[in-house]
Amino acid sequence: MLILTCPNCGVVADETDLHGGGEAHITRFGADASEGDFESYLFHKKNPRGVHFERWRHVYGCGKWFHAARDTVTLEVFGTYSAQTLTPPKALQNKIKKKRPDWEGFKK
Amino acid sequence: MSDAVSVLGGAAFSGAIEVADAGLCGMVTLRGDLSDPKLAAAVKSAVGLTMPAARGIKEGTKGAVAWMSPDELLLMVPHETADACVARLDKALAGSHFLAVNVSDARAVFTLTGAGCREVLAKGAPVDLSAAGLPIGEIRRTRLGQIAVAFWAGSETEMRVICFRSVGAHVYSWLCNAAQKGTLPGFL
Repeated sequence: MLILTCPNCGVVADETDLHGGGEAHITRFGADASEGDFESYLFHKKNPRGVHFERWRHVYGCGKWFHAARDTVTLEVFGTYSAQTLTPPKALQNKIKKKRPDWEGFKK
Repeated sequence: MSDAVSVLGGAAFSGAIEVADAGLCGMVTLRGDLSDPKLAAAVKSAVGLTMPAARGIKEGTKGAVAWMSPDELLLMVPHETADACVARLDKALAGSHFLAVNVSDARAVFTLTGAGCREVLAKGAPVDLSAAGLPIGEIRRTRLGQIAVAFWAGSETEMRVICFRSVGAHVYSWLCNAAQKGTLPGFL
């Protein structure tokens, strides 16, 4: 069971209170994008073994979106942070780097 | 004007705890910038209470105010005064970006009375319902079974549950089933 702390309301919510929103920090290519870009936006999602950034919505609680960083193998949660950002906060990236020295770093 | 009735017309059940339809409750959803002093003043004039902290609920003699999300409050007032409360908020907040709606008849409210009320809810909600996990003065929005609800403890022997009216009958029978005599684990 995944347990995330919603940064919007501070509730420690388990997975069943939340709704997963897929990979975070993807670029939303619009109607005027090339077919390749639009295809990649729709279908080509990262599926790493290890550190992953995701979007979640506190659907049964405050209803707000947020971001979470976790390990897909151990389910260790590194942290949650605001949805209003294009990249994970530097402090969180440093924390993950410390815990997972092999991690290649955040790539868009 | 048709007569307003609550979802189950005051139904009540007595088992390990008492479960009852709380009757008609006035509820007003207020969305807006919660840090705006103008909004705080409007809340104060509507229910006579200051802004609750995140996840907080304050109850007073004129009504109650609950923090529902970073941009949403729920004001609870007597049922017959809910429309007047909306009108008052509309007037006080004119010109700002906000929303005030009377949702009284879109919701159902139940009261749980008895020492085991925390345990009844703990059967279906993924929440730490101990007195430390959900202290008095804090409201929690979550699910009960598969239904979205909000609940809070007014005291250690009385809790209230709010849900959508359309699922009110289901939540009531769920609560009655969970409150059958001799079924509380006695853990909390």
